[in-house]
Amino acid sequence: MVTNITNLSRSGLYDWMLQRLTAVVLGAYSVFLLGYLVVNPGLQFDQWAGLFDETWMRIFTLLALISILAHAWIGMWTITTDYLNDRAFGTRSVLIRFPLQVVCFIALFSYVIWGVQILWGL
Amino acid sequence: MYASERWGKRVNSKRPVNLDITTIKLPLPAYTSILHRISGVLLFIGLGFLLYGLELSLASEESFGALKVLLTAPLAKFINWGILSALIYHLIAGLKHLLMDVDVGDGKESGSLGAIITLVLSIVLIILAGVWVW
Repeated sequence: MVTNITNLSRSGLYDWMLQRLTAVVLGAYSVFLLGYLVVNPGLQFDQWAGLFDETWMRIFTLLALISILAHAWIGMWTITTDYLNDRAFGTRSVLIRFPLQVVCFIALFSYVIWGVQILWGL
Repeated sequence: MYASERWGKRVNSKRPVNLDITTIKLPLPAYTSILHRISGVLLFIGLGFLLYGLELSLASEESFGALKVLLTAPLAKFINWGILSALIYHLIAGLKHLLMDVDVGDGKESGSLGAIITLVLSIVLIILAGVWVW
Protein backbone atom coordinates (compact mmCIF):
# COMPACT_ATOMS: atom_id res chain seq x y z
CA MET A 1 0.00 0.00 0.00
CA VAL A 2 1.44 3.34 -1.00
CA THR A 3 1.29 5.73 1.95
CA ASN A 4 3.95 8.20 0.93
CA ILE A 5 2.79 11.07 -1.25
CA THR A 6 5.54 13.64 -0.71
CA ASN A 7 8.40 12.22 -2.81
CA LEU A 8 9.37 14.23 -5.87
CA SER A 9 8.40 12.11 -8.86
CA ARG A 10 6.04 9.60 -7.22
CA SER A 11 8.55 6.98 -8.36
CA GLY A 12 11.62 5.89 -6.44
CA LEU A 13 13.32 4.99 -9.72
CA TYR A 14 12.94 8.48 -11.21
CA ASP A 15 14.04 10.07 -7.93
CA TRP A 16 17.08 7.77 -7.97
CA MET A 17 17.97 8.79 -11.55
CA LEU A 18 17.36 12.49 -10.92
CA GLN A 19 19.53 12.33 -7.81
CA ARG A 20 22.44 11.06 -9.92
CA LEU A 21 22.01 13.36 -12.94
CA THR A 22 21.90 16.42 -10.67
CA ALA A 23 24.88 15.04 -8.71
CA VAL A 24 26.98 15.04 -11.89
CA VAL A 25 26.02 18.67 -12.62
CA LEU A 26 26.79 19.75 -9.04
CA GLY A 27 30.08 17.84 -8.98
CA ALA A 28 31.18 19.46 -12.25
CA TYR A 29 30.15 22.95 -11.06
CA SER A 30 31.88 22.54 -7.67
CA VAL A 31 35.13 21.28 -9.20
CA PHE A 32 35.09 24.05 -11.84
CA LEU A 33 34.46 26.89 -9.37
CA LEU A 34 36.90 25.60 -6.74
CA GLY A 35 39.52 25.01 -9.44
CA TYR A 36 38.98 28.55 -10.74
CA LEU A 37 39.52 30.00 -7.25
CA VAL A 38 42.59 27.85 -6.64
CA VAL A 39 44.33 28.79 -9.92
CA ASN A 40 43.40 32.48 -9.50
CA PRO A 41 44.80 33.57 -6.13
CA GLY A 42 44.46 37.28 -5.45
CA LEU A 43 41.39 37.39 -7.71
CA GLN A 44 40.16 40.92 -8.48
CA PHE A 45 36.56 42.14 -8.83
CA ASP A 46 36.69 42.85 -12.59
CA GLN A 47 37.82 39.35 -13.52
CA TRP A 48 35.35 37.70 -11.11
CA ALA A 49 32.41 39.84 -12.25
CA GLY A 50 33.49 39.26 -15.85
CA LEU A 51 33.21 35.51 -15.36
CA PHE A 52 29.64 35.85 -14.07
CA ASP A 53 28.77 38.22 -16.94
CA GLU A 54 29.31 35.36 -19.39
CA THR A 55 26.08 33.79 -20.58
CA TRP A 56 27.48 30.25 -20.33
CA MET A 57 28.48 30.89 -16.67
CA ARG A 58 25.00 32.17 -15.83
CA ILE A 59 23.47 29.10 -17.49
CA PHE A 60 25.92 26.80 -15.65
CA THR A 61 25.19 28.53 -12.30
CA LEU A 62 21.42 28.50 -12.75
CA LEU A 63 21.57 24.85 -13.82
CA ALA A 64 23.54 24.09 -10.65
CA LEU A 65 20.97 25.93 -8.49
CA ILE A 66 18.04 24.10 -10.05
CA SER A 67 19.98 20.85 -9.63
CA ILE A 68 20.39 21.67 -5.93
CA LEU A 69 16.64 22.21 -5.67
CA ALA A 70 15.96 18.67 -6.94
CA HIS A 71 19.02 17.01 -5.37
CA ALA A 72 18.62 18.47 -1.89
CA TRP A 73 14.85 17.96 -1.94
CA ILE A 74 15.27 14.24 -2.65
CA GLY A 75 18.03 14.03 -0.04
CA MET A 76 16.14 15.87 2.69
CA TRP A 77 12.97 13.94 1.85
CA THR A 78 14.91 10.67 2.25
CA ILE A 79 16.36 11.75 5.58
CA THR A 80 13.06 13.02 6.99
CA THR A 81 11.18 9.87 5.97
CA ASP A 82 13.97 7.63 7.31
CA TYR A 83 14.34 9.18 10.76
CA LEU A 84 11.26 11.27 11.51
CA ASN A 85 8.99 8.27 11.09
CA ASP A 86 6.33 6.43 13.07
CA ARG A 87 8.92 4.22 14.75
CA ALA A 88 10.74 7.22 16.16
CA PHE A 89 7.84 9.59 16.81
CA GLY A 90 4.66 7.51 16.91
CA THR A 91 1.66 7.48 14.58
CA ARG A 92 1.51 11.28 14.39
CA SER A 93 5.08 11.61 13.12
CA VAL A 94 3.72 13.27 9.97
CA LEU A 95 3.03 16.35 12.11
CA ILE A 96 6.78 16.67 12.64
CA ARG A 97 7.92 15.40 9.24
CA PHE A 98 5.64 17.38 6.94
CA PRO A 99 6.29 20.88 8.37
CA LEU A 100 10.02 20.22 8.15
CA GLN A 101 9.65 19.12 4.51
CA VAL A 102 7.76 22.34 3.81
CA VAL A 103 10.56 24.37 5.43
CA CYS A 104 13.13 22.49 3.29
CA PHE A 105 11.22 23.22 0.10
CA ILE A 106 10.72 26.91 0.90
CA ALA A 107 14.42 27.26 1.75
CA LEU A 108 15.51 25.55 -1.48
CA PHE A 109 13.05 27.50 -3.62
CA SER A 110 14.27 30.72 -1.98
CA TYR A 111 17.87 29.77 -2.78
CA VAL A 112 16.97 29.50 -6.47
CA ILE A 113 15.16 32.87 -6.54
CA TRP A 114 17.98 34.51 -4.58
CA GLY A 115 20.49 33.05 -7.02
CA VAL A 116 18.55 34.44 -9.99
CA GLN A 117 18.56 37.89 -8.39
CA ILE A 118 22.31 37.71 -7.77
CA LEU A 119 23.14 36.47 -11.27
CA TRP A 120 21.07 39.10 -13.07
CA GLY A 121 21.78 41.87 -10.57
CA LEU A 122 18.12 42.39 -9.68
CA MET B 1 -11.18 -8.49 -0.37
CA TYR B 2 -8.62 -7.67 -3.01
CA ALA B 3 -5.23 -9.35 -2.87
CA SER B 4 -3.51 -6.02 -2.57
CA GLU B 5 -5.56 -5.18 0.54
CA ARG B 6 -4.67 -8.50 2.13
CA TRP B 7 -1.01 -7.84 1.42
CA GLY B 8 -1.31 -4.32 2.70
CA LYS B 9 -2.74 -5.53 5.97
CA ARG B 10 -0.12 -8.22 6.40
CA VAL B 11 2.74 -5.85 5.55
CA ASN B 12 1.51 -3.32 8.06
CA SER B 13 0.71 -5.57 10.97
CA LYS B 14 2.85 -8.70 10.89
CA ARG B 15 6.16 -7.71 9.31
CA PRO B 16 8.99 -8.42 11.74
CA VAL B 17 11.08 -5.30 12.11
CA ASN B 18 14.51 -5.29 13.66
CA LEU B 19 16.14 -2.17 12.36
CA ASP B 20 16.77 -0.59 15.73
CA ILE B 21 20.05 0.96 14.69
CA THR B 22 21.36 0.99 18.26
CA THR B 23 21.26 -2.81 18.48
CA ILE B 24 23.24 -3.42 15.29
CA LYS B 25 27.02 -3.37 15.07
CA LEU B 26 27.59 -1.02 12.15
CA PRO B 27 30.36 -1.75 9.65
CA LEU B 28 32.59 1.08 8.36
CA PRO B 29 30.55 1.67 5.15
CA ALA B 30 27.53 2.43 7.38
CA TYR B 31 29.45 5.26 9.03
CA THR B 32 30.60 6.69 5.69
CA SER B 33 26.95 6.54 4.55
CA ILE B 34 25.74 8.41 7.64
CA LEU B 35 28.50 11.00 7.15
CA HIS B 36 27.32 11.41 3.55
CA ARG B 37 23.87 12.33 4.88
CA ILE B 38 25.23 14.65 7.59
CA SER B 39 27.50 16.43 5.09
CA GLY B 40 24.50 16.81 2.76
CA VAL B 41 22.46 18.53 5.49
CA LEU B 42 25.43 20.80 6.29
CA LEU B 43 25.67 21.77 2.60
CA PHE B 44 21.92 22.48 2.53
CA ILE B 45 22.44 24.98 5.37
CA GLY B 46 25.85 26.16 4.10
CA LEU B 47 24.39 27.13 0.73
CA GLY B 48 22.84 30.17 2.44
CA PHE B 49 26.33 31.36 3.41
CA LEU B 50 27.67 30.63 -0.07
CA LEU B 51 24.92 32.63 -1.77
CA TYR B 52 25.46 35.51 0.66
CA GLY B 53 29.15 35.45 -0.29
CA LEU B 54 28.32 35.31 -4.00
CA GLU B 55 25.97 38.26 -3.60
CA LEU B 56 28.64 40.36 -1.85
CA SER B 57 31.26 39.33 -4.42
CA LEU B 58 29.17 40.40 -7.42
CA ALA B 59 27.11 43.37 -6.17
CA SER B 60 29.89 45.98 -6.45
CA GLU B 61 33.62 46.47 -6.18
CA GLU B 62 33.12 47.80 -2.62
CA SER B 63 31.13 44.78 -1.44
CA PHE B 64 33.72 42.52 -3.12
CA GLY B 65 36.37 44.19 -0.99
CA ALA B 66 34.17 43.92 2.10
CA LEU B 67 33.80 40.18 1.51
CA LYS B 68 37.59 39.79 1.27
CA VAL B 69 37.93 41.53 4.63
CA LEU B 70 35.09 39.48 6.11
CA LEU B 71 36.80 36.24 5.03
CA THR B 72 39.87 37.09 7.11
CA ALA B 73 37.84 36.80 10.35
CA PRO B 74 38.50 33.54 12.26
CA LEU B 75 34.80 32.62 12.47
CA ALA B 76 34.30 33.24 8.74
CA LYS B 77 37.36 31.10 7.95
CA PHE B 78 36.02 28.32 10.14
CA ILE B 79 32.59 28.41 8.44
CA ASN B 80 34.29 28.55 5.04
CA TRP B 81 36.45 25.54 5.89
CA GLY B 82 33.45 23.69 7.36
CA ILE B 83 31.42 24.12 4.17
CA LEU B 84 34.45 23.11 2.06
CA SER B 85 34.93 20.01 4.22
CA ALA B 86 31.29 19.00 3.84
CA LEU B 87 31.53 19.58 0.08
CA ILE B 88 34.74 17.54 -0.26
CA TYR B 89 33.38 14.63 1.72
CA HIS B 90 29.97 14.70 0.03
CA LEU B 91 31.58 14.81 -3.42
CA ILE B 92 33.95 11.89 -2.78
CA ALA B 93 31.31 9.76 -1.05
CA GLY B 94 28.99 10.62 -3.95
CA LEU B 95 31.56 9.45 -6.51
CA LYS B 96 31.84 6.20 -4.56
CA HIS B 97 28.06 5.93 -4.74
CA LEU B 98 28.11 6.30 -8.54
CA LEU B 99 30.81 3.60 -8.77
CA MET B 100 28.70 1.29 -6.60
CA ASP B 101 25.75 1.93 -8.96
CA VAL B 102 27.81 0.29 -11.72
CA ASP B 103 28.78 -2.58 -9.39
CA VAL B 104 32.25 -1.32 -8.51
CA GLY B 105 33.07 -1.72 -4.83
CA ASP B 106 29.73 -3.03 -3.62
CA GLY B 107 30.95 -6.36 -2.21
CA LYS B 108 31.68 -7.05 1.45
CA GLU B 109 35.45 -6.60 1.25
CA SER B 110 35.53 -4.07 -1.60
CA GLY B 111 32.85 -2.04 0.19
CA SER B 112 35.03 -1.74 3.28
CA LEU B 113 38.02 -0.82 1.12
CA GLY B 114 35.92 1.81 -0.66
CA ALA B 115 34.90 3.27 2.72
CA ILE B 116 38.55 3.45 3.83
CA ILE B 117 39.60 5.12 0.56
CA THR B 118 36.72 7.61 0.89
CA LEU B 119 37.74 8.54 4.43
CA VAL B 120 41.48 8.80 3.76
CA LEU B 121 41.07 10.80 0.55
CA SER B 122 38.57 13.15 2.26
CA ILE B 123 40.80 13.73 5.29
CA VAL B 124 43.78 14.58 3.07
CA LEU B 125 41.76 17.02 0.94
CA ILE B 126 40.05 18.55 4.01
CA ILE B 127 43.47 19.24 5.56
CA LEU B 128 44.64 20.79 2.26
CA ALA B 129 41.47 22.92 2.20
CA GLY B 130 42.30 24.08 5.74
CA VAL B 131 45.79 25.10 4.61
CA TRP B 132 44.24 26.94 1.66
CA VAL B 133 41.72 28.82 3.83
CA TRP B 134 44.18 29.82 6.60
